[in-house]
Amino acid sequence: MWALAVRLGLRAAARGRRGFTSKADPQGSGRVTGELIQHLERLSLVDFGSQEAVSRLEKAIAFADRLRAVNTDGVEPMESVLEDRCLYLRSDDVVEGSCAEELLQNSHRVVEEYFVAPPGNISWSKLDEKQPFSHR
Amino acid sequence: MAAPMLRWFCSGRRFAFAWVGCGSCHRRGPPTGSTSNGKRGQSSVAQQPHITAQKPRKGYTISYQYSPLKLSECEWAAVVGLEIHAQIASNSKLFSGSQVHFAAPPNSLVSFFDASLPGTLPVLNRRCVEAAVMTGLALDCHINRKSLFDRKHYFYADLPAGYQITQQRLPIAVNGSLAYSVCVGRKPSQMVTRTVRVKQIQLEQDSGKSLHDDLRSQTLIDLNRAGIGLLEVVLEPDMSCGEEAATAVRELQLILQALGTSQANMADYEIQRQINELENGGEILNETRSFDYKLGCTVPMRDKEGKQDYRFMPEPNLPPLLLYDSGSLPSGADPQQVINVDQLRARLPELPRVTRERLVREYGMLPEHSCALLNEVGLLEFFQNVIKETRAEPKKVTSWVLNTFLGFLKQQNLAVSESPVTPSALAELLDLLDRKAISSSAAKQVFEELWRNEGKTPAQIVAEKNLELLQDPEVLERLCRSTLEAHPDVVMDLKKGNPRAINKLIGLIRKATLGRADPTAIKEVVERQLSS
Repeated sequence: MWALAVRLGLRAAARGRRGFTSKADPQGSGRVTGELIQHLERLSLVDFGSQEAVSRLEKAIAFADRLRAVNTDGVEPMESVLEDRCLYLRSDDVVEGSCAEELLQNSHRVVEEYFVAPPGNISWSKLDEKQPFSHR
Repeated sequence: MAAPMLRWFCSGRRFAFAWVGCGSCHRRGPPTGSTSNGKRGQSSVAQQPHITAQKPRKGYTISYQYSPLKLSECEWAAVVGLEIHAQIASNSKLFSGSQVHFAAPPNSLVSFFDASLPGTLPVLNRRCVEAAVMTGLALDCHINRKSLFDRKHYFYADLPAGYQITQQRLPIAVNGSLAYSVCVGRKPSQMVTRTVRVKQIQLEQDSGKSLHDDLRSQTLIDLNRAGIGLLEVVLEPDMSCGEEAATAVRELQLILQALGTSQANMADYEIQRQINELENGGEILNETRSFDYKLGCTVPMRDKEGKQDYRFMPEPNLPPLLLYDSGSLPSGADPQQVINVDQLRARLPELPRVTRERLVREYGMLPEHSCALLNEVGLLEFFQNVIKETRAEPKKVTSWVLNTFLGFLKQQNLAVSESPVTPSALAELLDLLDRKAISSSAAKQVFEELWRNEGKTPAQIVAEKNLELLQDPEVLERLCRSTLEAHPDVVMDLKKGNPRAINKLIGLIRKATLGRADPTAIKEVVERQLSS
């Protein structure tokens, strides 16, 4: 059992960068840096407002890392579980649209058949000012 | 037209800019980390502070990244690569059945999928795939028999899904080339052929349009354009300056128009303007720059900071796109559901390069003439229609079409389709000239009359204005003799060797003939009469 674990561990290291953890911490200690949190917050517009959220993230990464336990030597990775399906080709006909009224009902604000977008994206300067939650 | 965003790229990095038709908010490309006030790459139309009217999109965008090196030949000798987005000419969108049309009430050409409502799925448009394959074939690309779709994520109000479906990992066509001619000397005849490698061609979705109403500090979104199919053509950094790039892009434009895969209507001045702007702005070495048309100048894009991360992932709702050729077609397959590359190859129309070579061969015209014929929409067809109906020599037809006809068009800023003179009318006129029924100056007069479009035929105009050449040689002889006798001083001048005297005599005789004699014929008669 020990021998097996060691073998798997070595293989994982040999395969190098893989998955999320390596970006956060190549050594695989599972820690997520404050810089990375900032980066993630900008990209996903998700606010990691608490230490709890960050540790939840770390636990999620650790959970996903268990994929490394699988030996995939010589196995061609799949692109998607659909890859053996046939991609359906639609003929170039106009069959939908003309439902502006219906679509605009979904919008909080509307101006003359235009959607009114919420005020801009989060400005980078505001994000810069904000302290990232976990500083390590 | 809305200033497209031009970005150059040099080895390794790329930019995209869009040629959009006049006026409509162009596709602004993915936001970057550079602007801190939310105004990144905005799609507002021109530089007006209020909402402007939308004009039709011409369906093209280009990007590039710039790294200047000084060399002798080109002013900048920059290593320039380009990404060109061309809107596919199809009836419906890439992944949905809503209509592709440039002028429509806002949000009227939007399906539930385009609006990214939950539960909707992409369904690939066959015509868009064919357009991509044909373009790949025309650019000598290797067509990938299997290509994949991916999601490219970023947040922007005109991208309702929060991602764009594109082909990042494995595009539909790779490794092609685009040949174009550049002028290397002062004379138009000093042309050489250059090629630029085509890195890849991929299918992707367009985003919607955002209009910034600064007056009321709000952004209005129109999703009519969201989901329209785009062909992204990526050119390697083989071009060494803006002029080469403009020419290459122009040639690509002609190819796409010949194939019918994209309207690709963008004025030359717009291409050149964009390129000039970028050249002017790209003085900082190795900087990735983007043209912010709102500011009217280039601004740096700092995606090196790592803030730009598109989080590419495979599009989970689309299996790989498989293409076949005649050898690999699965038997019993529904022809609607399979695309045969060989069949598409057989259906390719004549490409501009081949057309130009053929024109030079068949009609003995100069290469620059064949270029000029192809450069104006409809001009080649006009030319060929005249050739069909006239007995005049092709060289004469070429000269009349490119000089006189095109000259008149340009003067009044008309397209060939708006010409008041039909190919038949010009053919008839050239026949009269060919038969020597009229002189060339009379022909020009007739052409001017024809241009006024009063419904008269060339023959009628000639008759009305008495423009026919004297058919009876006796009459000309008589008039020459009488003029010579009436002006002994000029004759004396001529005999003394004054070169201008002969022209004066010819002028006098022409007046006497009421313009009905050809100067060359007059000269010949005068010289004969004087020598006897």
